[in-house]
Amino acid sequence: MNFDLTEEQQLLKDSVTRLLADRYSFENRKTFQASPDGWSRDLWRQYAEIGLLGVAFSEADGGFGGGPVETMLISEAFGKALALEPYLATIVLAGGLIRRGGDAEQRAALIPSIASGELLLAFAHAERQSGHDLFDVGASAKKDGASFVLNGEKGLVLHGDCADKLIVSARSAGARRDKAGIGLFLVDAKADGVSRRGYPTQDGMRAAEVTLTNVRVEPKDVLAANGDALPLIERIVDEAIAASSAEAVGAMSEALDMTVDYLKTRKQFGVPIGSFQALQHRASDMVVALEQARSMMMLATMMSAEENAAERRKAISAAKVQIGRSARFIGQQSIQLHGGIGMTMEYKLGHLFKRLTMIDILFGDADYHLERLSKSDGLIG
Amino acid sequence: MDLRFTDDELAFREEVRGFVKSNLPASIKQKIVEGRHPGKDDIVAWTRILNKKGWSVPHWPKEWGGTGWSPVQLLIFNDELQQGGAPEPLAFGTSMVGPVIYTFGSDAQKRRFLPRIANIDDWWCQGFSEPGAGSDLAGLKTTAKQEGGEWVINGQKTWTTLAQYADWIFVLARTDGTVKKQEGISFILVDMKSPGVTVRPIQTLDGGHEVNEVFFDNVRVPLENLVGEENKGWNYAKFLLGNERNGIARVGISKARLKRIRELASLHVYGERPKIEDPLFRMKLAAVEVELKALEMTQLRVIAGERNREKGKPDPASSVLKIKGSEIQQATSELLMDVVGPYALPYQSEREDGDRWNEPPVGPDWASTIAPTYFNLRKVSIYGGSNEIQRGIIAKAILGL
Repeated sequence: MNFDLTEEQQLLKDSVTRLLADRYSFENRKTFQASPDGWSRDLWRQYAEIGLLGVAFSEADGGFGGGPVETMLISEAFGKALALEPYLATIVLAGGLIRRGGDAEQRAALIPSIASGELLLAFAHAERQSGHDLFDVGASAKKDGASFVLNGEKGLVLHGDCADKLIVSARSAGARRDKAGIGLFLVDAKADGVSRRGYPTQDGMRAAEVTLTNVRVEPKDVLAANGDALPLIERIVDEAIAASSAEAVGAMSEALDMTVDYLKTRKQFGVPIGSFQALQHRASDMVVALEQARSMMMLATMMSAEENAAERRKAISAAKVQIGRSARFIGQQSIQLHGGIGMTMEYKLGHLFKRLTMIDILFGDADYHLERLSKSDGLIG
Repeated sequence: MDLRFTDDELAFREEVRGFVKSNLPASIKQKIVEGRHPGKDDIVAWTRILNKKGWSVPHWPKEWGGTGWSPVQLLIFNDELQQGGAPEPLAFGTSMVGPVIYTFGSDAQKRRFLPRIANIDDWWCQGFSEPGAGSDLAGLKTTAKQEGGEWVINGQKTWTTLAQYADWIFVLARTDGTVKKQEGISFILVDMKSPGVTVRPIQTLDGGHEVNEVFFDNVRVPLENLVGEENKGWNYAKFLLGNERNGIARVGISKARLKRIRELASLHVYGERPKIEDPLFRMKLAAVEVELKALEMTQLRVIAGERNREKGKPDPASSVLKIKGSEIQQATSELLMDVVGPYALPYQSEREDGDRWNEPPVGPDWASTIAPTYFNLRKVSIYGGSNEIQRGIIAKAILGL
């Protein structure tokens, strides 16, 4: 057992931290957010240059052979900086589906241009009625000769507005809430029959509602046509939960750092407010919440690569519960300890709080995962 | 980063597990599993079994009986003993005064006391808290004055755990009242048989007798029983309390209790179904399991960080372990209350030896310890530096507030 980073991992961590410290001040973030894309294409190119976009892919596929730990390090740094770029959407979600679900030709065709930053992807999976249930897919995929024809509506497609291609889940068999019968299809975002409505989310990121009307998919763009894509989707969503847990830990640690700085500098009654025991103890409880969350981030990272799906899902759900609870506590308390300034749009803290709140909802909130865990045979073996 | 145990560590775990399984007397194990207090004889018997194997003080330096195990091995060892239903070692000897003696004591003290601690030939208790010095421990008033080539000790200690069995007590006493309160304290070893030592029991709200008051009335102690330097006792006390916090997460004990909760909740039916089929109960159980899993990982992180720390300096992160560990222990005792239901009510004083109680128990035979355990465990967020004191340590030592 060890918690050490390899030399390469340490270098990666240092370089992403340095780049974001140089380029991702909160003022810059405001500018990126106000641009038409809602994020920075320039920084996306730089992420590619220092290898962040390709690191999770195997060397054979045109990546750098990293794994979940690399994704964790990058995500944590992005969380601290509140980076707006479509890393989770393109690299973790859609990239993950191609990495684990694409055939050799698909991987060769797509991964190099993902890693170089040229190709943006999004995963169009959730639907208005599906909630957090990954198997709830109403969109249909009808076989037409060797091709498929897709129809349906997808919602909350993260960074779906800027994606060049979408990976769409659609049902070739079964009823809406059946676990079997789901396939994955690679669709050009500008293809006939695809319409998108992009919008900002509460935390300053971007998403889209996508409508598919008789969208034709050629055989080469079918990822999992045998109708058994659910285990793959679950696996990639678990990887995304691990990554967003790290993003949350980054945001929590930034919120705590800002709060502690504020407690040391803000004076009332002639003394720094950090000298008051009520506030000290609250800050200490935030430390406890952060450390518990960081521990579960690491567990989620390691267990996201676990082959035994039942064990993997238990650990991931446990992490999601802890991260959700810690994030809510730290987010709310950091605003409280800042007082009025924490309520303002111009100050970074409130944006950390909003991102933390959205991360809890993504992929199932703490209560959803607690209920799922409660139906299992237990976490303590 | 690899959070799995290595093959060697897994083999070590099997070895410890096997040893506990084949050497822990069944009668002792049963007491622990049922949530009853082990007697003095039980703790002595088990410590001697461990000592025969060379495992009674594994964390000590090798020359005094330690094993040279890695921090991870020590963690596995403690976890296996706790999960296997072994009584906890008498921490006052093995984790408190023992390390103080081998770190700060004289050679004569080491030779005299350490082997007897390892074999529990001496039963130690802790003379720290006083009626007026709890969280503000440095405000203690018990005095030790040099008189005729001896220390003369006067004062009162309280919350002295298992002092009724003790042969020795380590005492913090004021040896200089003219300086800053932390700088006038000394650490002195006192034979409990000395004239002038009186032990008076305190009954706690669970009905048990774990703690005592200890009175010192002109108790005469040889000068050589001072540990380290005069007036440096506060440093030794801080060292000791830092060590105390390290074991305080009690992850193995909480794991064992959660397993028992699942077991009892599956067997025990009141109302229409076993408790384990109640969705609300399952959610509460899962929530505690998540916290415990996170704590287990946090403990591993603290231990892994030990390599990079100055030896003997406590890690302020151990305060995180203390807070969470105590909260989880308390939460598990609340879950047991949920499981037992109405038959938590009958009060049946503990049957320390089976013969004294000839009547059958009222209600299920495992139910009588559950409410007392819940009441008793309120102590864990108070002792060893209350959780509020721990929050103060985090605020100062980690956050710099």
